[in-house]
Amino acid sequence: MNDVPWWSSESFWRKTAIWVTAFMAVVLILLTFDTVRQITAGSERVPAYSVINQKVFYEYDDERGYQVPRIGEAAALFGEEHDEASAEALVTLGKLTTQAKNCMNCHTLLGNGAYFAPDLTKAWLDPGWVHEDSREQMMVQFLMDPEGNARTFGTGRRMPNLGITEEEAKGIVAFLKWMSTIDTNGFPRGFTPLDQEDGA
Amino acid sequence: MNSATTKAVTSGPLSAGQRVAMHYFVAAMVLFFAQILFGMISGMQYIMPDLFYNQLDFNVTRMVHINAMVVWLLFGFIGSIYWLVEDEAGTDLVAAKLAMINFWILTAAVTVVVLVYLFVQIGPGELKSIWLINEGREYIEAPRWADIGIVFCVLVFFYNVAATFMKGRWSGISGVLVLDLVALAGLYLAGMYFTPNISVDQHWWWWVIHLWVEATWEVLVGCVMAWGLIKTLGASRKIVTTWLYIEVAMMFGSGILGLGHHYFWIGTPEYWLTIGGFFSALEPIPLVAMVVHAVYDSGRHGFKSSNHPALAWLIAHAFGNFFGAGVWGFMHTLPQINLYTHGTQWTSSHGHLAFFGAYATINIAMIYMALQRVRGNVWMSAGLADNGWKWKWSLGLLNGGMLGMTMALLIAGYDQSFIERALEGSTWSGYFLAQQSVWFLQAMHWRVVFGLMMTFGIVLLFWDMLTIGRTETRPIQVLSPAPG
Repeated sequence: MNDVPWWSSESFWRKTAIWVTAFMAVVLILLTFDTVRQITAGSERVPAYSVINQKVFYEYDDERGYQVPRIGEAAALFGEEHDEASAEALVTLGKLTTQAKNCMNCHTLLGNGAYFAPDLTKAWLDPGWVHEDSREQMMVQFLMDPEGNARTFGTGRRMPNLGITEEEAKGIVAFLKWMSTIDTNGFPRGFTPLDQEDGA
Repeated sequence: MNSATTKAVTSGPLSAGQRVAMHYFVAAMVLFFAQILFGMISGMQYIMPDLFYNQLDFNVTRMVHINAMVVWLLFGFIGSIYWLVEDEAGTDLVAAKLAMINFWILTAAVTVVVLVYLFVQIGPGELKSIWLINEGREYIEAPRWADIGIVFCVLVFFYNVAATFMKGRWSGISGVLVLDLVALAGLYLAGMYFTPNISVDQHWWWWVIHLWVEATWEVLVGCVMAWGLIKTLGASRKIVTTWLYIEVAMMFGSGILGLGHHYFWIGTPEYWLTIGGFFSALEPIPLVAMVVHAVYDSGRHGFKSSNHPALAWLIAHAFGNFFGAGVWGFMHTLPQINLYTHGTQWTSSHGHLAFFGAYATINIAMIYMALQRVRGNVWMSAGLADNGWKWKWSLGLLNGGMLGMTMALLIAGYDQSFIERALEGSTWSGYFLAQQSVWFLQAMHWRVVFGLMMTFGIVLLFWDMLTIGRTETRPIQVLSPAPG
């Protein structure tokens, strides 16, 4: 039993475990530098927060084979033009509110979270808001009084009252508008946005 | 003739490490019960949406459900390590009193966090809500003050374990374990900051969640499994240690870059579609190896073990890990299918079977091993009092309930992927259309039925844990080495 072949010896596998782990960790770290650069706000994939000043729409990209968000003409949110700092402050308020109100334990954001309520990745573009002109106001009203404005589509599931203030609601809307501009590699597939005829 | 021999019942007091371990195990079981209770409420809210509306809403019940799980599994792991550290190091725990104080601080902190979850629930959109109430990030919702406390307590635990091995002796198992604990504790830091950029947020968030659950936790339970097989079966240490290294190589070899399967749709670059798809497709391989290992070793020892309930749960772990994490994970891990399944009940089906199969099972196995010692190293092999019906039925009810729930959620996931995603273009009306499909509704009802089955299972499990071996007079079965 002592002449164990090298490929089944304890020391061979110990060394293999160490080298494989170290190699994979180094590759991950190198990729992380590039990934973080590409997802920093203001990059091509993740636009700057001031994108909330512009129209967002969805377009099919022939080369990539799926829809991608496109940034269009000026379309100030709540009629206010934001510079980069104030846009970031508004999106920050919105993101903080989604965390403080624990939205992620009912909804998914970028597909991650809970499945009790709809995904919020493209909430800004959802056709449920009926028309672009009324969208912002409807969103704020809904967030401030989800019980009174409940639309359960027959499921009986209603969003609870979370005590969201008007300021917080506007922040959430800014955050959702900004999130809809992130390049998500075509997720969710074949999404049909508001006011756009051609989905896929 | 039976190859087993017997030795006298030893019923001396528990060692310091074992006493600390028992505290963790008791707290873990209380939290396991809380997990199932809040899971039941969450499940019922799907079919009775007005249940506790505006009082204890789904976001709260579900948060308590998943947080109780994370904490009880961690408590189970810490307990398991305290249980084996002295045996493996061949010496006493270096700081027993500190370990006990640490336990009480950690448990008190967890209690405060849960009470705040239940009675404060949410806060205004300010940083102080994240520091004091909850962070609103799935699985790691614990407020920042608790994060810092957890890091402190984990450092004390780590010191105790590493110093005990340094004082005593090192082995392959303890070497892997200590290095793994460094990575496990370090990774938690990646989840402790706020950013308005949700892509960056989720990018680092997955470092904690994935590199815990699909890498460092797997290696941790690999160490516990290795020790458990030596103890319950008398498996050869050399073989078990070699297997452990093979598992580490395969687990980290696939799991570290397997992280990429969470980077398909969160804004991260397209190269992750290839890297994540490829490496996560390899992730089931070490889990197959673990099944082979457990079944081969058990068979080699003629399924004779010194602790039948523990061995049964270890085998449940091997299969649960393989099916829950391996098969259920693989089924939707390639980006071509994940595009449709990401963020649906499909994930929830996988999550349920994987967490239970990979982690709950092995903690229960370790608790049975501890109970054998607590009851005075008594007989826990074949032919228990009452034929061991309580442990067998609780094993069946818990595993059967989980399998049923997994299947129900998978059907709901199919329904959601096809109707909401493939047909309806992922709009909100598409979401609700899928939620009202007859198949979806049936699945949600079946989920509650199987959840109830698990509830019966856990009650029976507790009853068994409180009584097993109490009236036993035969000493533990001593195992002879496997036939060469």
